[in-house]
Amino acid sequence: MANEVCFRTLHLDTPWSLEAYESVGGYSSLKKIIAGKLTHEKVIDELKLSALRGRGGAGFPTGLKWSFMPRNMPGNKYVVCNSDEGEPGTFKDRDILRYNPHQLIEGMIIAGYVMNAEVGYNYMRGEFYEPYDRMESAIAEAKSKGYLGQKILGSDFNFELHNHMGAGAYICGEETALIESIEGKKGQPRFKPPFPANYGLFGRPTNVNNTESYASVPVILEKGGQWFLDLGKPNNGGTKIFSVSGHINNPGNFEVNMGTPFADLLEMAGGALGGTKLKAVIPGGSSSPILPIDIMMGLTMDYDAIGKAGSMLGSGAVMVLDETTCIVELAAITAHFYYEESCGQCSPCREGTGWMSRVINRILKGDGRAEDLDNLERVATNIMGRTICALGDAAAMPVKGFLKHYRHEFEYMIEHKRSLVKG
Amino acid sequence: MTDFNYDKSLHLKKLLPKDAIDKIDNWIGKYPADRKRPPIIAALTIAQEHNGNYLTEDLMQAVAEYLDVPHIAVYEVATFYSMFHLNEVGEFVISVCNNISCSMRGANKVIEHLQNRLNIKVGETTGDGLFTIKTVECMAACGGAPMLEVNKVYYENLTEEKIDQIISDVTMLRSKKSKSTEVKK
Repeated sequence: MANEVCFRTLHLDTPWSLEAYESVGGYSSLKKIIAGKLTHEKVIDELKLSALRGRGGAGFPTGLKWSFMPRNMPGNKYVVCNSDEGEPGTFKDRDILRYNPHQLIEGMIIAGYVMNAEVGYNYMRGEFYEPYDRMESAIAEAKSKGYLGQKILGSDFNFELHNHMGAGAYICGEETALIESIEGKKGQPRFKPPFPANYGLFGRPTNVNNTESYASVPVILEKGGQWFLDLGKPNNGGTKIFSVSGHINNPGNFEVNMGTPFADLLEMAGGALGGTKLKAVIPGGSSSPILPIDIMMGLTMDYDAIGKAGSMLGSGAVMVLDETTCIVELAAITAHFYYEESCGQCSPCREGTGWMSRVINRILKGDGRAEDLDNLERVATNIMGRTICALGDAAAMPVKGFLKHYRHEFEYMIEHKRSLVKG
Repeated sequence: MTDFNYDKSLHLKKLLPKDAIDKIDNWIGKYPADRKRPPIIAALTIAQEHNGNYLTEDLMQAVAEYLDVPHIAVYEVATFYSMFHLNEVGEFVISVCNNISCSMRGANKVIEHLQNRLNIKVGETTGDGLFTIKTVECMAACGGAPMLEVNKVYYENLTEEKIDQIISDVTMLRSKKSKSTEVKK
């Protein structure tokens, strides 16, 4: 079965409407909570049982994260959604926002209830005008029905939800940069600790989750943590939306069970574009190291399996590459991206991403030197673990991956001043 | 003596129409009253929209005064986020994604075709001030690669014909708009 969780309205006309969402059981979890049939402890227990892990890329257990929030601390607390979708290859949150906004809204209201927070912000990337309009209408609909706002469904629980827009910065997908950005500043990540659960937005306890994570919550509470867990694999509960793109016949989002064999996902996406031979896959967004197709064909799509193979599931962005792909060119695009998006705060990342980008471009231009590959490896190694946030690692890991599996393509280009693949 | 009690909202009100000011006020209402910076991004976005897609020193200063924040707070936001333009650009900014998935599906051909069609290079603006081409990083629409954005609208699964259509549609829209303002005058 596909489209069981975040995309469960997708088969309906106007899947984004409140009517469509209610027809599949939407807002019933909230009603259960308001009726006192589901305590905040029970919500967290169900989430822990479900093995829902952060869908933004890090895969941190959502139930555990929610339990860190000091719900009894007096004063404001915030629920923040990270809809700053920007990891290259990822386009799932845009579709949740466009096609099932109410489920995200319900997930955030429930989070507000569990954490005793009365205000939420949904941070969307600045280009998301269409999703913004959908979200604004959905918020208005939810308010008119009493699901959102003051005295929700006649109870004493209040929760206001606001959309916030970014203005073009990949780094704002990092949770503390995102918080800085809502505060109206440059998106430069903060040191952790203190973690957002203690010192977050406006210095108050804050929970940040990805769009897909929040949107999974209402269904987990409706059908039970065990049901969700059983969809996937132990420690990798539920379904996951995979954004499949690249050299593929039928690119798009596929919400399938965690642990689905890659070969099945590939088939769903229509196989290699024009029937060509596939070469490799970037399995979890451009930060995840590339894996040759032979390795990928033997893997299942879950955090543990992809992790064991030396890459990561990340945001679920599966970029499929056929045999015409020149890995040096691919490396140049990737390195340029991180160079462009480094916030400039930490020297290893600010300088290192520039070095990597320039060295790879030099090789691409035919000016590569014999020592370049060792230098690349060294720069990547020296960035890793030496920066405030994960962007440094995200820039270094793919470069290491390209060199690990396709070093010969780089060597060939340095020696022959042309691409092994494209000639 | 300098008058420190002048109405700081006047400068921006002079530069932007009332509906834009109302929109900014609406954004201000989303954040705690004691926080002045959170609406900066939204205010700049709205200001830019009403100023032919780019920001000027004067506009940034006016936004700072309106929100009662230091000028530098606005300036650093304007220079950090890639959707703000600090130089004059075309009325329609065409942002072409050339990240991985779009490149795999022919982003370079899209860029080439646009350059030939509009007779400008990436980063340039057409002589009539209508179009600017810029390349951008992933815009989360890789399922429809190659893709581009014209101002606020995404166009996916591009072909040369589709690009030509987009350009002629936009041009037509523009000439209709300018005709209707002529009538008003």
